[in-house]
Order: sequence, then C-alpha cells, then structure tokens
Amino acid sequence: MNIIISNSSSQPIYDQIASQIKDKIIIGELHEGDMLPSIRVLAKELRISVITTKRAYDELEHDGFIESVVGKGSYVASKNVDLIKEEHLKKIEDHMHQIVMLSSRCELSLDDLQQMLTIQYQED
Amino acid sequence: MQNALELKNITKNHKDFTLDNVSFSLPKGCIMGFIGENGAGKSTTIRLILDIAKRDGGELSVLGETDISNNAAIKEHIGVVMDETNFPDTATARNINLIMKNIFRTWNEEVYHGYIKRFGLPLKKAIKDYSRGMKMKLAISVALSHDSKLLILDEATSGLDPIVRDEILDVFLDFIQDEEKSILMSSHIVSDLEKICDYITLIHSGKIIFSESKDQLMEKYSIVKCSQDQLEAIASSAIIGARHNKFGSEALVLRDHVPTGFVCDPPTLEEIMLYNIKGGK
Repeated sequence: MNIIISNSSSQPIYDQIASQIKDKIIIGELHEGDMLPSIRVLAKELRISVITTKRAYDELEHDGFIESVVGKGSYVASKNVDLIKEEHLKKIEDHMHQIVMLSSRCELSLDDLQQMLTIQYQED
Repeated sequence: MQNALELKNITKNHKDFTLDNVSFSLPKGCIMGFIGENGAGKSTTIRLILDIAKRDGGELSVLGETDISNNAAIKEHIGVVMDETNFPDTATARNINLIMKNIFRTWNEEVYHGYIKRFGLPLKKAIKDYSRGMKMKLAISVALSHDSKLLILDEATSGLDPIVRDEILDVFLDFIQDEEKSILMSSHIVSDLEKICDYITLIHSGKIIFSESKDQLMEKYSIVKCSQDQLEAIASSAIIGARHNKFGSEALVLRDHVPTGFVCDPPTLEEIMLYNIKGGK
C-alpha cells in the first residue's frame, strides 16, 4: 500500500492520508477486513506525528470506512455500498458545481451544456 | 498516569534570570520539542526536571512520581543526553558497558550492543578519538540501554551533520513505537523537530509562550504576504508578528482572521518561533 504525502500541499497531512486510504477502499485495493498499519508504525514510516496519523484514522472511523479494536488495531470496515455511492455522488456534485460556475462565466446555456454532456456520456 | 511529565507553575529565581511559572505536560508515547532562544530557560527547565537544580516553587511529576529526589529507582528509567558527553577520554565503548553495568540495575548489555552495532561504533577505539557524531551516538546508546521510559535530550543533535541526525531521529521514532515511552528534546534545529515532534513548547525569557500539538500550531497560523496597507485590514490582535521591506510585508497571522483574497502560505515551525518571539507589527 502506497501513501504519498506532500508537504507543500495546502491539504492538511491527516486529510491526505485519510483520503488516500478512502480511495484505496473505494477502488478495491483494500478489502473488507484488511488490517491497516498501526498508528505508530504509519507515523514512523511517513516521518510524521502520531497525532496526525491518529487524526486520519479517527476521521476514517467516523466516516465508517474503518473499524478500530482496542489492543488489536484498525480494519477496513464491512463495505457499505451506499456509503461509497454517496461519496461518489458528492464528488460529482462538486464537479458539476464547478461546471455550472464556469459555464455561467462564458455564458453557456443549459441546453448547450446538456448537449455537451450527452456527447461525452455517449463517447464513454 | 497519562503524562510522562507534568510541570505546574515551576519557578526558579537566579540573580539575573527567573523561570516564571513554567507549566506544560508531555503525554506518554509522544515526542515534545522544546524550543527557544539561547538563555530562554530551556536548560534550566531540564535541570529542574532532572533534579540537578532545586526549584523555588511549583509542582513537578516525572513518570508519575512527584518526589524524584529520594527515588533512585525512577531515575533508572530516565535517559539523558546533554550537549556535551562526559565519558572518560581513554575509555572504549566496551569499557562503558562495564561501567554502566555497575551503575544501572536495569542495564541491558544486549540492547547496548544492539545500538552500538546499529550506529556502527567501534568497540575498541578510545573515546577521545571519536568524532562528535560518534560521541553523541554513544551517549544515546547509553541513555537507551537502561530501561528508559523517558528520554531527555538537551541540544543533543546540534553540531551533527544531516545524515547522522537523520539516523538518530530514526532511532527516536523506533523508541516511541512503545506507547509507554516518551521524549523531551530541546534543539535549535527546528526543522528536525518539525519532522518528528507531536508537541512543541516554546519558551521565551523564562516564560512559556505556547505548548501545543504541532498539527494545531501549523493549522492555527498562516504566513500572509501583502502590502503594508493591506496588512492593516487584518485585526492587529490577529497579527503575531510582521516584517516589512520596501516591496511589501510578510506577517504571521491567525489563519481564521485572514480575509479572503490574501496570499497565504503554510508557516514553517521556524517562522512560528521567530514571529512569536520577535513580534513587530
């Protein structure tokens, strides 16, 4: 499992870790029941603070992606398809929001936009 | 016991220097960086913790013990490395093992030799022929070989090259893989601390400026670059410190108070330290 941390990114490090692990769960690189590295090992390997990795795991647990068992470690939680769909839907909405903003800036009508989307959808 | 170290209103009066109500605590399993200018009170604080000097007031708890003066057993679990090593010149790493075996009841030869090997230190070479880096590595090996639960380092990594420091930082990170163990380290090499510390405590003129988790610190502040006029748009209470030049200003500000549209960079720990001490608006 690779986790790449950028120090110059404006995204906080805990968020970088959490979102990368999330992505790995969504694309199926991490499976239900897989054990995650311990907070301390992850901190040591990535050369970051234990507090940072703990926060990343807390975030993941809060969002239902992982489960932590005291004294044992953290596991990938049983896959909640709805949850993951929800996650994707949110991303799509965000992108759409940007599309709409850009369209209004160059005065693109809703019809034009719908046409463009139809073409894109059919091509894929 | 959740804290390896707890200081509450520690006070020490010297003729020309006062350590003024110093309070902070170091949770178990964490590394705390202790920063400040030369003469800010770092070493004095460390000496008080180690019971080398007597405090004039305040409460101190080390590894859960409030009275360490009369407690030799607890001292077994405190590893200390100062900026100068004081091994006998003609001794060798092998001799040191024999000496320490008779000093510490908890001395562990295997662990010691493990570190000697890991650091690649010669066993038979006289310590006077060691480089500064080697001496420090030896001191750290000793400090970690008597069942230490709390490691206290006072400027131990200053004067060492980046490669050696990196090696030493790795050893520290290995050390705290055990949640019962903690490290308090003072250093002027703030970039090292930024890499590995969980908590940062800044002391200035004998007073604690802040003692917070590093993540919180990094998120709390922002470096803003703008013109001097623009800077006035930010509430002066939110500006920690600023520096002006002919072409603009740079300031450390509380991130929440920056209006939109300003150029913001995440600060380095060094900048946080600098602006907190120097101020300027």
